[in-house]
Amino acid sequence: MKIETGEANGVILITLIGERLDAHNSDEVKGKVRDIFESGAKSVVVDLSEVRFIDSSGLGAMVSGFKNAISHHGRLVLSGLQAQPRSMFDLTRLTRVFEIFENAEAALGSFAEK
Amino acid sequence: MSKNTIELDINVPNQTRYLSLIGRIGEDLARELEKEGGRRETLAYHLNTVLTEAMTNAIVHAHDGDPEKTVHISICITEDELCIRVFDQGQGFDLNSIPMPDFDRLEEHGHGIYIIRCLMDTVVYRRLRDHNVLEMWKKLR
Repeated sequence: MKIETGEANGVILITLIGERLDAHNSDEVKGKVRDIFESGAKSVVVDLSEVRFIDSSGLGAMVSGFKNAISHHGRLVLSGLQAQPRSMFDLTRLTRVFEIFENAEAALGSFAEK
Repeated sequence: MSKNTIELDINVPNQTRYLSLIGRIGEDLARELEKEGGRRETLAYHLNTVLTEAMTNAIVHAHDGDPEKTVHISICITEDELCIRVFDQGQGFDLNSIPMPDFDRLEEHGHGIYIIRCLMDTVVYRRLRDHNVLEMWKKLR
């Protein structure tokens, strides 16, 4: 899993480049998101458009990021979910927790509106 | 073994890096099932998920990440159903004592068995003499 980070208008964009987000790499992603919030970021987008497969550990990493956002008085949103990973968010009722945008551009734009 | 039965027995080191290999094998097998028709891609994703969750359970929980151990996986597909068995040499657990996740509490862990139960028809965990087995069945249409 390659984790790319960028910044646009004060919003950090984390792009996960890799087919799978699972128990093999979820800790790495979880740590990266935590580091970003601990370094002072308040607004974070995690783009999952390249991720074709997500398991419960991957979902757990996203939940961890969401909790980090809350504890740092920030906001974390997701973008670009493919249909099958999205079905796992549905199954675990996480679609009612996360704000999910069609693509990274829409997710980044949502911070400008608030 | 009947002519339409597929049986696979796989042993891999107790390492999460093999999750994708086994998940891919599950996907490829599902794509071989003519009977499933248009549902094949969904079944492929579900088998990938179930194999990944069950293997993670064996690697991380039952074997405590010990890289010296191995995980044994068996997959059997007949005309009407498929069965995945994942064997471990851990302490074992009571499947019935695992609660439904509390969705209001936003938990990071504890969704693996729930996901397996959602995607398969029957899930059983048996303690045998020198190992345990998580057995997961699904009827094919």
